[in-house]
Amino acid sequence: MLSRVAESIYWMARYIERAENIARFIDVTLNLILDQPQTAHLQWVPLVSTSGDHEYFNKKYHQPNEENVVRFLTFDREYPNSIISSLSAARENARTVREAISSEAWEQINEFYHFVRHAARTDGKMATPPDFFNAVKQHSQLFNGILDATLSHAADWQFANLGRLLERADKTSRILDVKYFTLLPTLQDVGTTLDDLQWSSVLRSVSAFEMYRKRFHGITIQRVVSFLMLDRSFPRSVLFCVDWADHSLHQISGSPLGSYCNTAEQKLGRLKGDLAFGDVNTIINQGFHEFIDGLQSKLNGVGGAIHDTFFAVRNVGASQSQFQSN
Amino acid sequence: MSTNHTFFGYKTEGFHDELFDADGNPRPGGQLLVDCVNSLPLGVLGERQEAIERALHRMGITFAVYGDTSGTEKIFPFDIVPRIVEAVEWARIEAGLKQRIKALNMFIDDVYHDQNSINEGIVPRHLLSKATSYREACHGLFPPRGIWCHVTGTDLIRHSDGEIYVLEDNLRCPSGVSYVLQNRLLMKRTFPQLFAASNIRPVIDYPTKLYETLMYLAPEHVNEPRIVVLTPGIYNSAYYEHSFLAQQMGVELVEGRDLVVKDGFVFMRMTDGFQRVDVIYRRIDDDFIDPETFRSDSMLGVPGLMEVYRQGRVALANAPGTGVADDKVIYAFVPDLIRYFLDEEPILPNVPTYICEKEDERKYVLANLDKLVVKAANEAGGYGMLVGPHSTKEQQAEFAVKIKENPRNYIAQPTLSLSRVPTLCASGFEGRHVDLRPYILCGKDIWVLPGGLTRVALRKGSLVVNSSQGGGSKDTWVIAADGEETASAETGL
Repeated sequence: MLSRVAESIYWMARYIERAENIARFIDVTLNLILDQPQTAHLQWVPLVSTSGDHEYFNKKYHQPNEENVVRFLTFDREYPNSIISSLSAARENARTVREAISSEAWEQINEFYHFVRHAARTDGKMATPPDFFNAVKQHSQLFNGILDATLSHAADWQFANLGRLLERADKTSRILDVKYFTLLPTLQDVGTTLDDLQWSSVLRSVSAFEMYRKRFHGITIQRVVSFLMLDRSFPRSVLFCVDWADHSLHQISGSPLGSYCNTAEQKLGRLKGDLAFGDVNTIINQGFHEFIDGLQSKLNGVGGAIHDTFFAVRNVGASQSQFQSN
Repeated sequence: MSTNHTFFGYKTEGFHDELFDADGNPRPGGQLLVDCVNSLPLGVLGERQEAIERALHRMGITFAVYGDTSGTEKIFPFDIVPRIVEAVEWARIEAGLKQRIKALNMFIDDVYHDQNSINEGIVPRHLLSKATSYREACHGLFPPRGIWCHVTGTDLIRHSDGEIYVLEDNLRCPSGVSYVLQNRLLMKRTFPQLFAASNIRPVIDYPTKLYETLMYLAPEHVNEPRIVVLTPGIYNSAYYEHSFLAQQMGVELVEGRDLVVKDGFVFMRMTDGFQRVDVIYRRIDDDFIDPETFRSDSMLGVPGLMEVYRQGRVALANAPGTGVADDKVIYAFVPDLIRYFLDEEPILPNVPTYICEKEDERKYVLANLDKLVVKAANEAGGYGMLVGPHSTKEQQAEFAVKIKENPRNYIAQPTLSLSRVPTLCASGFEGRHVDLRPYILCGKDIWVLPGGLTRVALRKGSLVVNSSQGGGSKDTWVIAADGEETASAETGL
């Protein structure tokens, strides 16, 4: 397929996944506050700091309270990773490949974008925020379902799958990173009801609570980390995402699994090995935050290698006008 | 007071109306439509119009409003009342268009080779040499199968005398056909029963016919020719159409930066390397397709493309250089060209045209600016135009200066009274002026899409139908003659 089309499809899927995950970030925070209203002021700060744009935030919004953070992450068109900016970028990418994706997929992106744009008119003062963020999640899930059910699972779909899985791996690790530290003070109270409540809302934020229960029943930090990082079959766990992204890469190149014929496959294969043969105690003992940092930089490396292998315009210095930011 | 959504009380106001005759009775093909609309429960028609507009938003058939940062987008307005063309009338239009495009293709070929028609004085040489759309680089070119103009969108209008006239030929990159297909889809959803009963000729096969036309151009001995649609990109106002046609034909939509000339062939950049391209349906103007041959500042084109084309290793549709026959001055000579090349009388008449370069005609034009429509020879989209009866003295004076400065660049025509079709307005149905753009494909045979794009000037009294200037569109229903295929049997479009 055309390099430009592959790149746009990859980013389209990535941006939709990004929008969904931001909604999940906010949703989990809203939930935690409902259980613990007295800590409300502490809960919003980490959302800003993980955005990597706290300078911009501080300048424009000052106070990291609910209204400001929600507006920043949801409706701020000047912030490139807000929900509305992500959807706008997903839609612009989709528009450039409209003929390559199904009409249904395009119409869903379009509906999704208009839904959020319409909500943006309230300027962030939503009557029922949980309903809104739930609807964002559902729009994204509907899009993914349409994509899977209407697009031939040839190279086009594999690039979309690659985009959404890499984005999901990155965001699942971030959600855990943020909450791991917010929740640290309660580590002493392991086993209390409050602790259970908090960790279960983290699990719920990535739709993992019920699946976790099936596997582990009781909540412990090790098990939560293990489930969200290293579970082989839960579709939002980091290992699952990396594993199936690797599968898509090999479908694209045609090389056998377990081998590599380009740097993207090499880097992703190594990362998959790290996770597949890692264990949770080592991860926690060696420093969870450092582990997440390393994971995220490896994921970025994979993204860069995908760009160089498949998208980079070869030989002629043409202008790049893809809609992306990372 | 509620809006009147029936045709009771509708007035033709002395104009030629496409749905009603001068006595206010529905024309034969329109009776079913009129009865159907008149019998709808109150409010239903308005709801259906709104449903259509919602569908257009959902499908993203919109354009951005410049300077609006909140992301407001507009749809191209669509009106629910179709324009109906009788079978007999359509047969004549179709024959006239085929005749015209045949002669125009012969003329273009002649212009870039022996120039017999010029040597024999059918078109004065000095007019040709001053046509800004004449392309020196095309001289001596042999386009595949000898066809220059593969896709044409001729603009037709009906005057108050009831006659259909050719207004413009549009031989370069005519757009709008995607709206024909989309409008049809919307109308079938809106009036399914009416559609089934009305014997309307289908338009669904346009993408297939276009594909066949393009396939016919592929260099011989290529096993599985690869066709692409070349677009300037998403900021082009016709981008939706480029994307739609590529999707419907199942071919790649490419931008200039996706293509590269290598070893004498054109290739596209794929994730797994380069792939050869054999036919390019290009929706980029001549000036921009190859910076090495035409405008060197073009970022949209493919350097070296013209040389590959010259060698016959890639086909371009339309061929470069067709604009020469699209020049508004050359237009005036088309009836003579039909007589010259085909030895036939033109079936569809031209609008009488005054050529400002001829001194006596220029004098007449300058003395009658308040009555005439003046057009620049090479502008499109309703720009560079003076509509005399709707203009101010200042505008007329401004055009008088322009005409005197550069007479070659201007023509004038009588202000025609475009026919009208009832259109749903705020207070009910009102007559609005329309034109008609049928699409003609020229490949192995010449094929005319039954119907075409009916453009409507939505502003009361306006004669300018261009979408950039307040125009909308309507579905066009060509009634099938006995034995002809009808649209009601189609699935999909």
